[in-house]
Amino acid sequence: MNPANTAFVLVSAALVMLMTPGLALFYGGMVRGKNVLATIMQNFVLLAVIGVQWALVGYSLAFGPDVGGVVGSLEWLGLQGVGAEPFKAYSETIPHSTFMIFQAMFAIITAALITGAWAERMKFNAFLVFILLWSTLVYDPVAHWVWGDGGFLKGLGALDFAGGTVVHINAGAAALAAALVMGHREGYGKEAFIPHNLPMTILGAGLLWFGWFGFNAGSALAADGLAASAFVATHLATCAAVLSWLATEWLVRGKPTTLGAASGAVAGLVAVTPAAGFVGPMSALLIGLGAGVFCYLAVLAKVKLGYDDSLDVVGVHGVGGLWGALATGLFASKAVNDAGADGLFFGNPALLGIQAVAVLVTIVYSFVLSFVLLKVVDALLGLRVARDDEVAGLDLTEHQEAGYSL
Amino acid sequence: MKKIEAIIQPFKLEAVKEALHGISVQGMTVTEVKGFGRQKGLREVYRGMEYQVDFIPKVKIEVIAPDDKVETIVKTIMTAARTGRIGDGKIFVSPVAQVIRIRTGETGDAAI
Repeated sequence: MNPANTAFVLVSAALVMLMTPGLALFYGGMVRGKNVLATIMQNFVLLAVIGVQWALVGYSLAFGPDVGGVVGSLEWLGLQGVGAEPFKAYSETIPHSTFMIFQAMFAIITAALITGAWAERMKFNAFLVFILLWSTLVYDPVAHWVWGDGGFLKGLGALDFAGGTVVHINAGAAALAAALVMGHREGYGKEAFIPHNLPMTILGAGLLWFGWFGFNAGSALAADGLAASAFVATHLATCAAVLSWLATEWLVRGKPTTLGAASGAVAGLVAVTPAAGFVGPMSALLIGLGAGVFCYLAVLAKVKLGYDDSLDVVGVHGVGGLWGALATGLFASKAVNDAGADGLFFGNPALLGIQAVAVLVTIVYSFVLSFVLLKVVDALLGLRVARDDEVAGLDLTEHQEAGYSL
Repeated sequence: MKKIEAIIQPFKLEAVKEALHGISVQGMTVTEVKGFGRQKGLREVYRGMEYQVDFIPKVKIEVIAPDDKVETIVKTIMTAARTGRIGDGKIFVSPVAQVIRIRTGETGDAAI
């Protein structure tokens, strides 16, 4: 047991916790004023919903004793046996409960990310049911495959430092399923859906950037050189992605936008997430540069492809996560982290193939199961609010409140 | 008595207010409004999505004046609010049947 490591991971858990309200602001600013509270609520309430789910079943399913490489057993239900003693397979130097609560924040933010896809049109009760099912049946097993002791993707040698596959690709694939199942918002393509408060969005992006240091550096699970290396990689990739997103839109559309700067930051943070603890600073810059360009183009492509992913979860988290996971296969270096592996550019092309397999398995599983779960919840409760309620706004019709009053 | 309503460019509000102060206008009401005229709308771009925004922000000034001051006030607003470009706005003048000061109950020109 190491007090410095324990303190560092506990603080990191608190930083990751702050990302969810940060995301609430990031998303809340991008919707129309009549939906600001409903959008924020779908993020904020997950701190509580997934927080409880995690303690009751989620942690055991994701990290509990392995069952066939696919899921954790129910042995740690209700956090039985998860206490002050370290669980050596995850970390020898911090209490098991510290690791558990750090991971709880990841489960929460991942569920929250998806809410951007159905913003401005999903019923609150259907949202609660779907997200509980999703977290239990999709997030928890996928986390087990990649991070759990005995998980089959971990056994394959796939690298995912802080959650490119588990968090971002997983959320992105679910978001695509949601956008397809739910259909367009009322008036999509005819009315102007203008973000009602971009300063709120920028502030949210800033909080995400801040919290992400806990997400990535904290994933070292120790206050050591690896944490510092992940911290540096995280910052540099994010800086590069802000610049490359802005440069691309400046070239394509003629003006650099503040929403572009905020979106570029998130794209860079997403892309560096799987790579943070395996790549050097210059590799991180290149990963960020790619993220800004690819995610911007993915967001533009959405319009052509015709699905209404309200806040671009697919374009930013799906595509950013995909790039990051593959880029880990290109740029990973044992010189940075000898517990990792060398990537294509460091003489080991096999890693890129393993990364691709991990990505593909996650996309297929998450997309298919999300699609089925959404259809089931739609049949039971109906996913969308009534058309009149959507026009009036979800703040009033789902929560009986207004975000702003005279 | 007349009501003078002027729809002007928001950035001209300060200049118009100063100019009206200069000719001793005692009060005015200002509202942020949106609308369109010959200037048409403008285009905004969010994450690559372009939107035509038809209603452009303007400021509406309302001044109530005795009949003999109307011409001076209109001229003053015109001079102060003009840039010479499309979108400078319009001035409407209409009759006012009665003005009452709530505190004292005064009416007519004395209440302005």
